Amino acid sequence: MVDFAGWLMPVQYASIVEEHLATRQSAGLFDVSHMGRLVVGGPQAIEWLESLLTRRVAGIEVGRVRYTLVTGDADGRTVVLDDALVSRDTDAADGTPRAGLVVNASNRERVVAWLKSRLPAAGVTLTDRTFETAMIAVQGPLAVEIVGGLCSAADADRIAGLGNYRATSAVVAGHPAAVSRTGYTGEDGVELVVDAAAATPVWEAIHAAGGPLGLRSCGLGARDTLRLEAGMPLYGHELREGTDPFAIGLDLAVNLDGRSFPGADHLAALRNQPTGRVRVGLRLDSKRSAREGDAVMRGEQTVGVVTSGSFAPAVGTAVAMAMVDRDVSTAGSRLEAVVRDTRLPAVVSPLPFYRKESHKKESHRREHGRKDSEQRERPQA
Amino acid sequence: MRYDPGTPAVTGAGTCGETGSGLVFFPEEYVMATDLKFAKTHEWVRPESDGVATVGISSYAVEALTDLVFMQLPAVGKRVKAGESFGEIESVKAVSDLYAPVSGEVVEVNTALPGKLETLGQDPYGAGWVVRIKADNPAELDNLLDQGAYEALVRSQPH
Repeated sequence: MVDFAGWLMPVQYASIVEEHLATRQSAGLFDVSHMGRLVVGGPQAIEWLESLLTRRVAGIEVGRVRYTLVTGDADGRTVVLDDALVSRDTDAADGTPRAGLVVNASNRERVVAWLKSRLPAAGVTLTDRTFETAMIAVQGPLAVEIVGGLCSAADADRIAGLGNYRATSAVVAGHPAAVSRTGYTGEDGVELVVDAAAATPVWEAIHAAGGPLGLRSCGLGARDTLRLEAGMPLYGHELREGTDPFAIGLDLAVNLDGRSFPGADHLAALRNQPTGRVRVGLRLDSKRSAREGDAVMRGEQTVGVVTSGSFAPAVGTAVAMAMVDRDVSTAGSRLEAVVRDTRLPAVVSPLPFYRKESHKKESHRREHGRKDSEQRERPQA
Repeated sequence: MRYDPGTPAVTGAGTCGETGSGLVFFPEEYVMATDLKFAKTHEWVRPESDGVATVGISSYAVEALTDLVFMQLPAVGKRVKAGESFGEIESVKAVSDLYAPVSGEVVEVNTALPGKLETLGQDPYGAGWVVRIKADNPAELDNLLDQGAYEALVRSQPH
Protein backbone atom coordinates (compact mmCIF):
# COMPACT_ATOMS: atom_id res chain seq x y z
CA MET A 1 0.00 0.00 0.00
CA VAL A 2 1.18 3.51 -0.70
CA ASP A 3 0.10 6.98 0.31
CA PHE A 4 -1.27 8.59 -2.84
CA ALA A 5 -2.34 12.22 -2.34
CA GLY A 6 -3.49 11.28 1.15
CA TRP A 7 -5.25 8.08 0.06
CA LEU A 8 -3.96 4.71 1.13
CA MET A 9 -3.95 2.71 -2.09
CA PRO A 10 -2.59 -0.61 -3.31
CA VAL A 11 0.10 -0.49 -5.99
CA GLN A 12 -1.04 -3.99 -6.86
CA TYR A 13 -3.33 -6.65 -5.50
CA ALA A 14 -1.21 -9.51 -6.80
CA SER A 15 0.79 -8.70 -9.91
CA ILE A 16 0.81 -5.60 -12.08
CA VAL A 17 1.32 -7.71 -15.20
CA GLU A 18 -1.56 -10.07 -14.39
CA GLU A 19 -3.87 -7.18 -13.54
CA HIS A 20 -2.89 -5.32 -16.69
CA LEU A 21 -3.45 -8.31 -18.96
CA ALA A 22 -6.75 -9.18 -17.27
CA THR A 23 -7.95 -5.66 -18.13
CA ARG A 24 -6.86 -6.07 -21.74
CA GLN A 25 -8.36 -9.55 -22.13
CA SER A 26 -11.34 -9.61 -19.75
CA ALA A 27 -11.87 -6.88 -17.19
CA GLY A 28 -10.13 -4.95 -14.45
CA LEU A 29 -11.79 -3.55 -11.34
CA PHE A 30 -10.31 -0.32 -10.00
CA ASP A 31 -11.10 1.64 -6.85
CA VAL A 32 -10.70 5.20 -8.11
CA SER A 33 -12.43 6.83 -5.17
CA HIS A 34 -9.37 9.04 -4.71
CA MET A 35 -10.43 11.05 -7.77
CA GLY A 36 -12.13 14.29 -6.76
CA ARG A 37 -15.86 14.45 -7.50
CA LEU A 38 -17.40 17.91 -7.61
CA VAL A 39 -20.98 18.89 -8.36
CA VAL A 40 -21.83 22.30 -9.81
CA GLY A 41 -25.44 23.43 -9.61
CA GLY A 42 -27.68 26.48 -9.70
CA PRO A 43 -29.28 28.51 -12.46
CA GLN A 44 -25.93 29.87 -13.70
CA ALA A 45 -23.98 26.60 -13.32
CA ILE A 46 -23.44 25.91 -17.02
CA GLU A 47 -22.58 29.48 -18.01
CA TRP A 48 -20.13 29.65 -15.12
CA LEU A 49 -18.33 26.44 -16.11
CA GLU A 50 -18.35 27.57 -19.72
CA SER A 51 -16.35 30.62 -18.62
CA LEU A 52 -13.74 28.51 -16.81
CA LEU A 53 -13.04 25.34 -18.81
CA THR A 54 -11.13 24.77 -22.03
CA ARG A 55 -13.97 22.67 -23.47
CA ARG A 56 -17.42 23.89 -24.33
CA VAL A 57 -20.02 23.07 -21.70
CA ALA A 58 -22.82 25.41 -22.76
CA GLY A 59 -25.42 23.75 -24.92
CA ILE A 60 -24.22 20.17 -24.53
CA GLU A 61 -26.96 17.68 -23.87
CA VAL A 62 -27.59 15.92 -20.57
CA GLY A 63 -25.50 12.77 -20.32
CA ARG A 64 -22.53 14.06 -22.25
CA VAL A 65 -19.01 13.86 -20.76
CA ARG A 66 -16.01 15.81 -22.00
CA TYR A 67 -12.30 15.77 -21.31
CA THR A 68 -11.19 19.28 -20.39
CA LEU A 69 -8.41 21.25 -18.82
CA VAL A 70 -8.92 23.54 -15.85
CA THR A 71 -6.78 26.59 -16.47
CA GLY A 72 -5.87 29.77 -14.72
CA ASP A 73 -3.50 32.48 -15.78
CA ALA A 74 -0.60 34.24 -14.16
CA ASP A 75 1.28 37.13 -15.73
CA GLY A 76 -0.28 36.45 -19.08
CA ARG A 77 0.70 32.78 -19.10
CA THR A 78 -1.68 29.86 -18.93
CA VAL A 79 -1.46 27.77 -15.78
CA VAL A 80 -2.84 24.27 -16.22
CA LEU A 81 -4.38 23.47 -12.85
CA ASP A 82 -5.66 20.04 -13.80
CA ASP A 83 -7.17 17.85 -16.46
CA ALA A 84 -10.68 16.72 -15.70
CA LEU A 85 -13.86 15.16 -16.98
CA VAL A 86 -16.86 17.45 -17.04
CA SER A 87 -20.32 15.95 -17.37
CA ARG A 88 -23.67 17.55 -18.05
CA ASP A 89 -25.76 15.83 -15.41
CA THR A 90 -29.52 15.65 -15.14
CA ASP A 91 -31.24 18.77 -13.89
CA ALA A 92 -31.95 19.12 -10.19
CA ALA A 93 -35.50 18.59 -8.89
CA ASP A 94 -36.14 22.33 -9.13
CA GLY A 95 -35.22 22.33 -12.79
CA THR A 96 -31.84 24.03 -12.43
CA PRO A 97 -28.96 22.50 -14.37
CA ARG A 98 -26.20 20.43 -12.85
CA ALA A 99 -22.75 19.42 -13.99
CA GLY A 100 -20.10 17.15 -12.56
CA LEU A 101 -16.34 17.46 -12.53
CA VAL A 102 -13.92 14.61 -11.88
CA VAL A 103 -10.47 15.93 -11.02
CA ASN A 104 -7.17 14.40 -9.99
CA ALA A 105 -6.72 13.52 -6.32
CA SER A 106 -3.46 15.42 -6.16
CA ASN A 107 -5.12 18.58 -7.52
CA ARG A 108 -8.53 18.40 -5.87
CA GLU A 109 -7.90 20.88 -3.09
CA ARG A 110 -6.40 23.56 -5.26
CA VAL A 111 -9.00 23.10 -8.00
CA VAL A 112 -11.75 23.47 -5.41
CA ALA A 113 -10.03 26.56 -4.00
CA TRP A 114 -9.63 28.00 -7.50
CA LEU A 115 -13.25 27.35 -8.43
CA LYS A 116 -14.48 28.79 -5.13
CA SER A 117 -12.46 31.94 -5.77
CA ARG A 118 -14.34 32.36 -9.05
CA LEU A 119 -17.82 31.68 -7.71
CA PRO A 120 -20.30 34.48 -8.35
CA ALA A 121 -22.24 35.96 -5.45
CA ALA A 122 -25.31 33.99 -6.44
CA GLY A 123 -26.55 31.51 -9.02
CA VAL A 124 -23.91 28.79 -8.70
CA THR A 125 -23.22 26.21 -6.02
CA LEU A 126 -20.10 24.06 -5.82
CA THR A 127 -20.14 20.90 -3.72
CA ASP A 128 -17.21 18.58 -3.14
CA ARG A 129 -18.78 15.11 -3.00
CA THR A 130 -15.48 13.20 -2.90
CA PHE A 131 -15.88 11.88 0.61
CA GLU A 132 -19.59 11.10 0.42
CA THR A 133 -19.24 8.97 -2.69
CA ALA A 134 -17.01 6.27 -4.07
CA MET A 135 -15.87 5.69 -7.64
CA ILE A 136 -15.31 2.30 -9.20
CA ALA A 137 -13.93 1.76 -12.69
CA VAL A 138 -14.64 -1.46 -14.55
CA GLN A 139 -12.50 -1.61 -17.66
CA GLY A 140 -11.92 -4.15 -20.38
CA PRO A 141 -13.75 -5.96 -23.17
CA LEU A 142 -16.11 -7.71 -20.71
CA ALA A 143 -16.65 -4.72 -18.41
CA VAL A 144 -20.02 -3.61 -19.79
CA GLU A 145 -21.33 -7.17 -19.83
CA ILE A 146 -20.28 -7.75 -16.22
CA VAL A 147 -21.81 -4.52 -14.91
CA GLY A 148 -24.94 -5.00 -17.01
CA GLY A 149 -25.42 -8.41 -15.45
CA LEU A 150 -25.91 -6.71 -12.09
CA CYS A 151 -28.65 -4.40 -13.39
CA SER A 152 -32.23 -4.67 -14.56
CA ALA A 153 -32.61 -5.56 -18.23
CA ALA A 154 -33.59 -1.97 -19.02
CA ASP A 155 -30.57 -0.51 -17.21
CA ALA A 156 -28.27 -3.09 -18.77
CA ASP A 157 -29.51 -2.22 -22.24
CA ARG A 158 -29.06 1.48 -21.60
CA ILE A 159 -25.50 0.98 -20.34
CA ALA A 160 -24.68 -1.29 -23.29
CA GLY A 161 -26.04 1.38 -25.63
CA LEU A 162 -24.08 4.25 -24.09
CA GLY A 163 -21.68 5.89 -26.46
CA ASN A 164 -18.15 6.69 -25.37
CA TYR A 165 -18.08 9.69 -23.08
CA ARG A 166 -21.77 9.40 -22.28
CA ALA A 167 -23.30 8.91 -18.88
CA THR A 168 -26.56 7.64 -17.44
CA SER A 169 -27.92 6.53 -14.12
CA ALA A 170 -28.70 2.93 -13.21
CA VAL A 171 -29.18 0.64 -10.25
CA VAL A 172 -26.10 -1.59 -10.01
CA ALA A 173 -26.27 -4.54 -7.60
CA GLY A 174 -29.17 -2.84 -5.88
CA HIS A 175 -27.46 0.53 -5.44
CA PRO A 176 -28.09 3.73 -7.39
CA ALA A 177 -25.07 4.61 -9.52
CA ALA A 178 -24.00 7.23 -12.01
CA VAL A 179 -22.56 5.22 -14.88
CA SER A 180 -20.30 6.71 -17.54
CA ARG A 181 -18.65 5.10 -20.54
CA THR A 182 -15.26 6.48 -19.61
CA GLY A 183 -11.94 5.25 -18.32
CA TYR A 184 -8.20 5.58 -18.24
CA THR A 185 -7.01 2.31 -19.70
CA GLY A 186 -7.56 2.46 -23.45
CA GLU A 187 -10.25 -0.19 -23.10
CA ASP A 188 -14.00 -0.09 -23.29
CA GLY A 189 -15.56 0.16 -19.86
CA VAL A 190 -17.52 2.17 -17.37
CA GLU A 191 -16.93 4.23 -14.28
CA LEU A 192 -19.49 4.14 -11.48
CA VAL A 193 -20.10 6.71 -8.78
CA VAL A 194 -22.06 5.37 -5.82
CA ASP A 195 -22.73 6.48 -2.27
CA ALA A 196 -19.73 5.74 -0.08
CA ALA A 197 -21.78 3.26 1.93
CA ALA A 198 -22.50 1.29 -1.26
CA ALA A 199 -18.85 1.06 -2.30
CA THR A 200 -18.06 -2.26 -0.68
CA PRO A 201 -21.24 -4.14 -1.69
CA VAL A 202 -21.01 -2.87 -5.29
CA TRP A 203 -17.30 -3.72 -5.47
CA GLU A 204 -17.92 -7.18 -4.09
CA ALA A 205 -20.84 -7.83 -6.43
CA ILE A 206 -18.76 -6.86 -9.48
CA HIS A 207 -15.83 -8.89 -8.20
CA ALA A 208 -18.02 -11.96 -7.67
CA ALA A 209 -19.79 -11.62 -11.03
CA GLY A 210 -16.62 -10.92 -12.99
CA GLY A 211 -14.25 -13.31 -11.25
CA PRO A 212 -15.34 -16.37 -13.26
CA LEU A 213 -14.92 -14.33 -16.45
CA GLY A 214 -11.35 -13.36 -15.60
CA LEU A 215 -11.94 -9.97 -13.95
CA ARG A 216 -9.20 -8.99 -11.53
CA SER A 217 -8.89 -6.24 -8.95
CA CYS A 218 -6.29 -3.78 -10.16
CA GLY A 219 -4.08 -1.38 -8.24
CA LEU A 220 -2.34 1.87 -9.09
CA GLY A 221 0.51 0.03 -10.81
CA ALA A 222 -1.71 -1.46 -13.51
CA ARG A 223 -3.64 1.80 -13.81
CA ASP A 224 -0.36 3.49 -14.68
CA THR A 225 0.90 0.85 -17.14
CA LEU A 226 -2.51 0.71 -18.86
CA ARG A 227 -2.76 4.47 -19.36
CA LEU A 228 0.87 4.55 -20.52
CA GLU A 229 0.18 1.93 -23.20
CA ALA A 230 -2.91 3.89 -24.17
CA GLY A 231 -0.79 7.02 -24.58
CA MET A 232 -2.76 9.01 -22.03
CA PRO A 233 -1.07 11.88 -20.22
CA LEU A 234 -0.96 11.90 -16.43
CA TYR A 235 -0.99 15.17 -14.54
CA GLY A 236 2.34 15.69 -12.80
CA HIS A 237 4.18 13.77 -15.52
CA GLU A 238 3.22 14.67 -19.09
CA LEU A 239 1.00 17.53 -17.98
CA ARG A 240 2.12 20.22 -15.57
CA GLU A 241 1.26 23.79 -14.68
CA GLY A 242 3.33 25.27 -17.46
CA THR A 243 2.68 22.64 -20.12
CA ASP A 244 1.66 23.77 -23.59
CA PRO A 245 -1.32 21.44 -24.21
CA PHE A 246 -0.74 21.55 -27.96
CA ALA A 247 2.81 20.30 -27.48
CA ILE A 248 1.54 17.18 -25.74
CA GLY A 249 -1.17 16.44 -28.27
CA LEU A 250 -4.11 17.77 -26.29
CA ASP A 251 -5.41 19.93 -29.13
CA LEU A 252 -8.85 18.39 -28.79
CA ALA A 253 -8.97 19.32 -25.11
CA VAL A 254 -8.82 23.03 -25.95
CA ASN A 255 -11.65 24.76 -27.78
CA LEU A 256 -10.75 28.38 -28.48
CA ASP A 257 -13.44 29.08 -31.05
CA GLY A 258 -15.23 32.20 -29.88
CA ARG A 259 -14.60 31.29 -26.29
CA SER A 260 -13.10 33.03 -23.32
CA PHE A 261 -11.65 31.38 -20.22
CA PRO A 262 -8.61 32.03 -18.01
CA GLY A 263 -5.46 31.59 -20.04
CA ALA A 264 -7.27 31.45 -23.40
CA ASP A 265 -5.25 34.28 -24.95
CA HIS A 266 -1.94 32.66 -24.17
CA LEU A 267 -3.25 29.32 -25.46
CA ALA A 268 -4.23 31.00 -28.72
CA ALA A 269 -0.70 32.32 -29.05
CA LEU A 270 0.76 28.89 -28.29
CA ARG A 271 -1.46 27.27 -30.90
CA ASN A 272 -0.39 29.74 -33.55
CA GLN A 273 3.31 29.59 -32.75
CA PRO A 274 4.43 26.12 -31.79
CA THR A 275 7.64 26.19 -29.78
CA GLY A 276 9.48 23.99 -27.34
CA ARG A 277 9.56 20.26 -26.90
CA VAL A 278 6.75 17.92 -27.88
CA ARG A 279 5.43 14.72 -26.37
CA VAL A 280 6.37 11.53 -28.19
CA GLY A 281 6.20 7.82 -27.58
CA LEU A 282 9.43 5.87 -27.30
CA ARG A 283 9.71 2.15 -27.87
CA LEU A 284 12.77 0.65 -26.21
CA ASP A 285 12.76 -2.97 -27.40
CA SER A 286 14.10 -4.07 -24.05
CA LYS A 287 12.46 -5.19 -20.87
CA ARG A 288 14.48 -2.66 -18.98
CA SER A 289 12.60 0.62 -18.68
CA ALA A 290 13.50 4.23 -18.96
CA ARG A 291 11.92 6.10 -16.06
CA GLU A 292 10.71 9.62 -15.46
CA GLY A 293 13.58 12.07 -15.50
CA ASP A 294 15.91 9.94 -17.62
CA ALA A 295 17.63 11.93 -20.33
CA VAL A 296 16.95 11.32 -24.01
CA MET A 297 20.00 11.72 -26.22
CA ARG A 298 20.88 11.80 -29.87
CA GLY A 299 24.57 11.27 -30.15
CA GLU A 300 26.16 13.47 -27.54
CA GLN A 301 23.26 15.91 -27.52
CA THR A 302 20.53 15.87 -24.90
CA VAL A 303 17.31 16.19 -26.87
CA GLY A 304 14.66 15.40 -24.27
CA VAL A 305 13.54 13.87 -21.03
CA VAL A 306 11.36 10.89 -20.16
CA THR A 307 8.06 11.77 -18.47
CA SER A 308 6.72 8.22 -17.91
CA GLY A 309 8.16 4.81 -18.63
CA SER A 310 7.54 1.19 -17.87
CA PHE A 311 7.56 -2.29 -19.22
CA ALA A 312 4.33 -2.44 -21.23
CA PRO A 313 2.76 -5.86 -20.66
CA ALA A 314 0.47 -5.92 -23.71
CA VAL A 315 3.22 -4.60 -25.99
CA GLY A 316 5.86 -6.94 -24.56
CA THR A 317 8.62 -4.38 -24.37
CA ALA A 318 9.45 -1.25 -22.40
CA VAL A 319 7.89 1.97 -23.65
CA ALA A 320 8.02 5.55 -22.52
CA MET A 321 6.59 8.96 -23.13
CA ALA A 322 9.06 11.79 -23.39
CA MET A 323 9.26 15.48 -24.18
CA VAL A 324 11.77 15.90 -27.01
CA ASP A 325 13.02 18.61 -29.34
CA ARG A 326 10.78 19.00 -32.36
CA ASP A 327 13.52 18.18 -34.85
CA VAL A 328 13.90 14.65 -33.48
CA SER A 329 10.20 14.01 -32.84
CA THR A 330 9.18 12.30 -36.06
CA ALA A 331 8.15 8.65 -35.90
CA GLY A 332 11.09 6.36 -36.55
CA SER A 333 13.61 8.83 -35.18
CA ARG A 334 16.38 6.82 -33.46
CA LEU A 335 17.29 8.16 -30.04
CA GLU A 336 18.73 6.79 -26.83
CA ALA A 337 17.42 6.85 -23.28
CA VAL A 338 20.03 7.12 -20.55
CA VAL A 339 19.05 4.56 -17.93
CA ARG A 340 21.47 4.82 -15.05
CA ASP A 341 24.83 4.09 -16.64
CA THR A 342 23.45 2.52 -19.81
CA ARG A 343 22.14 3.95 -23.05
CA LEU A 344 19.14 2.10 -24.39
CA PRO A 345 18.11 2.51 -28.03
CA ALA A 346 14.71 4.24 -28.17
CA VAL A 347 12.72 4.72 -31.35
CA VAL A 348 10.08 7.44 -31.60
CA SER A 349 6.77 5.63 -32.06
CA PRO A 350 3.22 6.79 -32.66
CA LEU A 351 0.90 6.98 -29.67
CA PRO A 352 -0.94 5.06 -28.44
CA PHE A 353 1.33 2.04 -28.10
CA TYR A 354 -1.73 -0.15 -27.69
CA ARG A 355 -5.07 0.12 -29.45
CA LYS A 356 -8.00 -2.07 -28.56
CA GLU A 357 -9.55 -4.25 -31.25
CA SER A 358 -12.68 -2.18 -31.86
CA HIS A 359 -10.57 0.97 -32.22
CA LYS A 360 -8.67 -0.79 -34.95
CA LYS A 361 -12.00 -1.55 -36.62
CA GLU A 362 -13.15 2.05 -36.16
CA SER A 363 -10.05 3.45 -37.77
CA HIS A 364 -10.46 0.88 -40.53
CA ARG A 365 -14.01 2.17 -41.08
CA ARG A 366 -12.79 5.74 -41.07
CA GLU A 367 -10.17 4.97 -43.64
CA HIS A 368 -12.86 3.49 -45.82
CA GLY A 369 -14.98 6.59 -45.73
CA ARG A 370 -17.73 5.58 -43.35
CA LYS A 371 -18.91 8.08 -40.82
CA ASP A 372 -17.88 7.51 -37.28
CA SER A 373 -20.43 9.19 -35.07
CA GLU A 374 -18.57 8.66 -31.81
CA GLN A 375 -15.62 10.95 -31.63
CA ARG A 376 -13.11 9.79 -29.11
CA GLU A 377 -13.07 12.32 -26.35
CA ARG A 378 -9.75 11.86 -24.63
CA PRO A 379 -7.02 12.69 -27.11
CA GLN A 380 -4.42 10.01 -27.18
CA ALA A 381 -1.61 11.33 -29.28
CA MET B 1 17.90 -4.05 -1.64
CA ARG B 2 16.61 -0.57 -1.37
CA TYR B 3 14.02 1.06 -3.55
CA ASP B 4 15.25 3.78 -5.81
CA PRO B 5 14.54 7.19 -4.32
CA GLY B 6 11.55 8.72 -6.02
CA THR B 7 9.98 5.52 -7.25
CA PRO B 8 6.92 4.29 -5.39
CA ALA B 9 7.78 1.56 -2.94
CA VAL B 10 5.97 -1.72 -3.32
CA THR B 11 5.86 -2.48 0.34
CA GLY B 12 4.68 -5.90 1.33
CA ALA B 13 2.40 -5.93 -1.66
CA GLY B 14 1.98 -9.68 -1.52
CA THR B 15 0.20 -9.54 1.80
CA CYS B 16 -2.90 -7.93 0.32
CA GLY B 17 -3.04 -10.39 -2.55
CA GLU B 18 -6.30 -11.76 -3.81
CA THR B 19 -5.06 -15.30 -3.97
CA GLY B 20 -5.17 -15.57 -0.21
CA SER B 21 -1.92 -17.48 -0.09
CA GLY B 22 -0.15 -14.77 1.87
CA LEU B 23 3.58 -14.55 2.00
CA VAL B 24 5.77 -17.58 2.24
CA PHE B 25 8.83 -16.24 3.95
CA PHE B 26 10.85 -19.39 3.89
CA PRO B 27 10.41 -22.64 2.02
CA GLU B 28 9.92 -25.51 4.40
CA GLU B 29 13.33 -27.04 3.80
CA TYR B 30 15.00 -23.90 5.11
CA VAL B 31 12.85 -23.34 8.12
CA MET B 32 15.37 -25.16 10.29
CA ALA B 33 18.38 -23.92 8.36
CA THR B 34 20.80 -22.08 10.57
CA ASP B 35 23.41 -21.35 7.92
CA LEU B 36 21.64 -18.40 6.30
CA LYS B 37 22.38 -14.83 7.25
CA PHE B 38 20.41 -11.82 6.04
CA ALA B 39 21.10 -8.18 5.29
CA LYS B 40 18.50 -5.61 6.29
CA THR B 41 18.37 -4.83 2.58
CA HIS B 42 16.94 -8.34 1.94
CA GLU B 43 19.95 -10.15 0.54
CA TRP B 44 20.72 -13.55 2.04
CA VAL B 45 24.18 -15.00 2.52
CA ARG B 46 25.29 -18.57 2.92
CA PRO B 47 28.92 -18.96 4.09
CA GLU B 48 30.39 -21.89 2.20
CA SER B 49 33.14 -24.17 3.48
CA ASP B 50 35.70 -22.68 1.07
CA GLY B 51 35.43 -19.20 2.60
CA VAL B 52 33.19 -17.98 -0.19
CA ALA B 53 29.80 -16.43 0.60
CA THR B 54 26.88 -17.25 -1.68
CA VAL B 55 24.48 -14.30 -1.98
CA GLY B 56 20.86 -14.24 -3.07
CA ILE B 57 17.60 -12.35 -2.60
CA SER B 58 15.18 -13.31 0.15
CA SER B 59 11.87 -14.82 -0.85
CA TYR B 60 10.14 -12.00 1.00
CA ALA B 61 11.81 -9.44 -1.25
CA VAL B 62 11.10 -11.42 -4.41
CA GLU B 63 7.43 -11.71 -3.43
CA ALA B 64 7.22 -8.03 -2.61
CA LEU B 65 8.82 -6.93 -5.86
CA THR B 66 6.76 -9.16 -8.22
CA ASP B 67 6.73 -8.76 -11.99
CA LEU B 68 10.51 -8.92 -12.34
CA VAL B 69 11.69 -7.91 -15.79
CA PHE B 70 15.40 -7.18 -15.68
CA MET B 71 18.51 -7.90 -13.67
CA GLN B 72 22.00 -6.49 -13.99
CA LEU B 73 24.85 -8.44 -12.42
CA PRO B 74 28.54 -7.66 -11.95
CA ALA B 75 31.39 -9.34 -13.81
CA VAL B 76 33.52 -11.99 -12.16
CA GLY B 77 36.48 -10.30 -10.55
CA LYS B 78 34.61 -7.16 -9.55
CA ARG B 79 35.50 -5.81 -6.11
CA VAL B 80 32.46 -5.09 -3.98
CA LYS B 81 32.11 -3.28 -0.68
CA ALA B 82 29.69 -4.19 2.07
CA GLY B 83 26.57 -2.03 1.88
CA GLU B 84 27.28 -0.82 -1.64
CA SER B 85 25.39 -1.68 -4.80
CA PHE B 86 26.74 -4.55 -6.89
CA GLY B 87 23.81 -4.89 -9.28
CA GLU B 88 20.19 -4.07 -9.79
CA ILE B 89 16.87 -5.76 -10.20
CA GLU B 90 13.94 -4.18 -11.94
CA SER B 91 10.26 -4.95 -11.61
CA VAL B 92 7.50 -3.37 -13.66
CA LYS B 93 7.08 -0.76 -10.96
CA ALA B 94 10.55 0.01 -9.68
CA VAL B 95 14.29 -0.47 -9.90
CA SER B 96 16.05 -1.77 -6.79
CA ASP B 97 19.73 -1.98 -6.01
CA LEU B 98 21.34 -5.19 -4.85
CA TYR B 99 23.71 -4.50 -1.98
CA ALA B 100 26.79 -6.51 -1.15
CA PRO B 101 26.40 -8.04 2.32
CA VAL B 102 30.17 -8.40 2.65
CA SER B 103 33.22 -6.81 1.07
CA GLY B 104 35.30 -8.88 -1.25
CA GLU B 105 35.67 -10.14 -4.79
CA VAL B 106 32.95 -11.58 -6.97
CA VAL B 107 34.24 -15.05 -7.88
CA GLU B 108 31.14 -16.46 -9.56
CA VAL B 109 27.98 -15.05 -11.10
CA ASN B 110 24.74 -16.88 -11.80
CA THR B 111 24.70 -15.85 -15.44
CA ALA B 112 21.62 -17.98 -16.14
CA LEU B 113 19.52 -15.87 -13.79
CA PRO B 114 18.83 -12.67 -15.82
CA GLY B 115 17.35 -14.78 -18.61
CA LYS B 116 15.26 -16.82 -16.20
CA LEU B 117 14.14 -14.44 -13.46
CA GLU B 118 11.32 -16.77 -12.39
CA THR B 119 14.01 -18.88 -10.72
CA LEU B 120 14.25 -16.20 -8.04
CA GLY B 121 10.70 -16.94 -6.99
CA GLN B 122 10.80 -20.68 -7.55
CA ASP B 123 14.01 -21.45 -5.71
CA PRO B 124 15.30 -18.28 -4.01
CA TYR B 125 17.72 -20.06 -1.67
CA GLY B 126 18.96 -22.60 -4.21
CA ALA B 127 19.08 -22.16 -7.98
CA GLY B 128 18.15 -18.50 -7.47
CA TRP B 129 21.54 -17.63 -5.99
CA VAL B 130 22.95 -14.43 -7.50
CA VAL B 131 26.70 -14.14 -6.89
CA ARG B 132 29.46 -15.76 -4.84
CA ILE B 133 31.78 -13.37 -3.06
CA LYS B 134 35.19 -14.23 -1.60
CA ALA B 135 34.98 -12.21 1.59
CA ASP B 136 37.96 -10.07 2.58
CA ASN B 137 37.02 -10.38 6.20
CA PRO B 138 34.69 -13.29 7.06
CA ALA B 139 34.04 -11.64 10.43
CA GLU B 140 31.81 -9.17 8.54
CA LEU B 141 29.25 -11.93 8.34
CA ASP B 142 28.68 -11.47 12.07
CA ASN B 143 27.15 -8.05 11.32
CA LEU B 144 24.29 -9.70 9.43
CA LEU B 145 20.95 -10.82 10.83
CA ASP B 146 20.22 -14.41 11.63
CA GLN B 147 17.04 -15.91 10.31
CA GLY B 148 14.95 -15.10 13.38
CA ALA B 149 16.01 -11.47 13.43
CA TYR B 150 15.38 -11.10 9.71
CA GLU B 151 11.95 -12.67 10.00
CA ALA B 152 11.12 -10.23 12.80
CA LEU B 153 12.28 -7.34 10.60
CA VAL B 154 10.08 -8.50 7.73
CA ARG B 155 7.06 -8.91 9.96
CA SER B 156 7.51 -5.38 11.29
CA GLN B 157 7.40 -3.87 7.77
CA PRO B 158 4.27 -1.92 6.94
CA HIS B 159 1.87 -3.60 4.57
